Amino acid sequence: MAAAAGEVRLIGAWPSPFVLRPRVALNLKGVEYEFLQEKFGEKSELLLRSNPVYKKIPVLLHHDKPVCESMIIVEYVDGVWANSGQAILPADPYERALHRFWSVYIDDKWFPSIFGIGKAETEEAKAESAEQAWAGLKLLEEAFEKLSKGKAFFGGDTIGYVDIALGAYLRWANVIEQMTGLKLFDEEKTPLLAVWAESFCAHEAVKEVMPETEKLLEIAKMRQEK
Amino acid sequence: MDPPSSLKLLGSWADSHTHRVQLALKLKGLEFEYQEEDAINPSPALLLHNPVYKKVPVLLHSDRPVVESVVILQYIDETWADNPIMPADPFERAVARFWCHFAEDKLAPAVGAVFSSSGEGQKTAVDQVHDNLKLLERELRDGAFKGKRFFGGDKIGLLDIVLGCGSYWLAVFEEVMEVKLVDPGTFPVFHAWLKDFEEQNEVKETIPAIDKLLEYARGIRQMMLSLSNGTSTTAPAAAGTTSAINVAVDGRSG
Repeated sequence: MAAAAGEVRLIGAWPSPFVLRPRVALNLKGVEYEFLQEKFGEKSELLLRSNPVYKKIPVLLHHDKPVCESMIIVEYVDGVWANSGQAILPADPYERALHRFWSVYIDDKWFPSIFGIGKAETEEAKAESAEQAWAGLKLLEEAFEKLSKGKAFFGGDTIGYVDIALGAYLRWANVIEQMTGLKLFDEEKTPLLAVWAESFCAHEAVKEVMPETEKLLEIAKMRQEK
Repeated sequence: MDPPSSLKLLGSWADSHTHRVQLALKLKGLEFEYQEEDAINPSPALLLHNPVYKKVPVLLHSDRPVVESVVILQYIDETWADNPIMPADPFERAVARFWCHFAEDKLAPAVGAVFSSSGEGQKTAVDQVHDNLKLLERELRDGAFKGKRFFGGDKIGLLDIVLGCGSYWLAVFEEVMEVKLVDPGTFPVFHAWLKDFEEQNEVKETIPAIDKLLEYARGIRQMMLSLSNGTSTTAPAAAGTTSAINVAVDGRSG
């Protein structure tokens, strides 16, 4: 069911992995929405009004009511448009719990480790963060094996909750790989995830909204120079 | 409906995240077996069922582990449909989840910081707690929860459980640290909600007696002060202290 024009708006910025998540969810459900690109370095009045607690993107405005926090928005979209497209969260409560658990892990533990690689000031610090990132990917590889049941995604045949949570970081992971020479999604260390990463980026609901690595590299380099 | 013996909770008696799960199970009328865990010496069962974090709470349902208290609460609600904890409406669910995130991400660490700091650092932490409570007070008075008895409406819901199990530390820290955290004059609606919440039978059955919590908190504060005075520098003691504080207040290992 396509939303009427103006009914669904998303405040965001194209480089943000957090913004990518609701965009993929909306695409999976075939929901039309207006994308409100924030100006770089500025926060719009609408954003500050819609998310006064954190003042951060993404914010979904549905009939002007704001929903904040990327994975909360994903779950909201899944609930409202339950009859469109495929389910993002599985039906079974235990599998839902596993998807939610890994999504929390990805944001609380795994992302800080790859962020740590980018921020590391010494070779030692970089190596330590890299070890943590690889250890985390090994856990996620096992989770993938269990949840995918031999199919292409954590959600099985279709993109699911954990796919969105982890897939959002893929291009930034590429940026870190290019800037450090480290390989994160390594076919030898985590073969299933290496294949999954390609499948995710190639998916119809993802490929047009996934930022290009070159453009993200430019942003990363600009930030480094500051 | 599964037989009661299929539910087992690994928890710690002073851990607010454990209390969340205990309260939810009570509200649902579900019987469960309880196993007390020591944060410093996790049992083999805990290590087996929560290898990623090695922490409580862990809910075992027919031997399958569910980990992370907010994940567990939703699992319980989705498995046993009576006496719902989550709102039915997707927008209200999103609002409840957002404030749960806020409670874990902002409020709990600020409250923990009050306890583990002193001097200027403590004043900053107290200010942060006040700033966070102001946001909640505003939401209760004029926002999403205006006119409601509980965050969940007429009955206790997910957000009541998440905020409520942990808010008792406010009173404990006020006494142990001699600071004012929840002034009824400044936060009348939040204060009223907290008193109402704590009067509910299931809540009284779940939260430990205040004098036990006070004793526990004083003990940890003593340990912390002796550590920072240099009278005890053993690594296990330090780890145990940090662990105990984090387990008690916000379940994180930092």
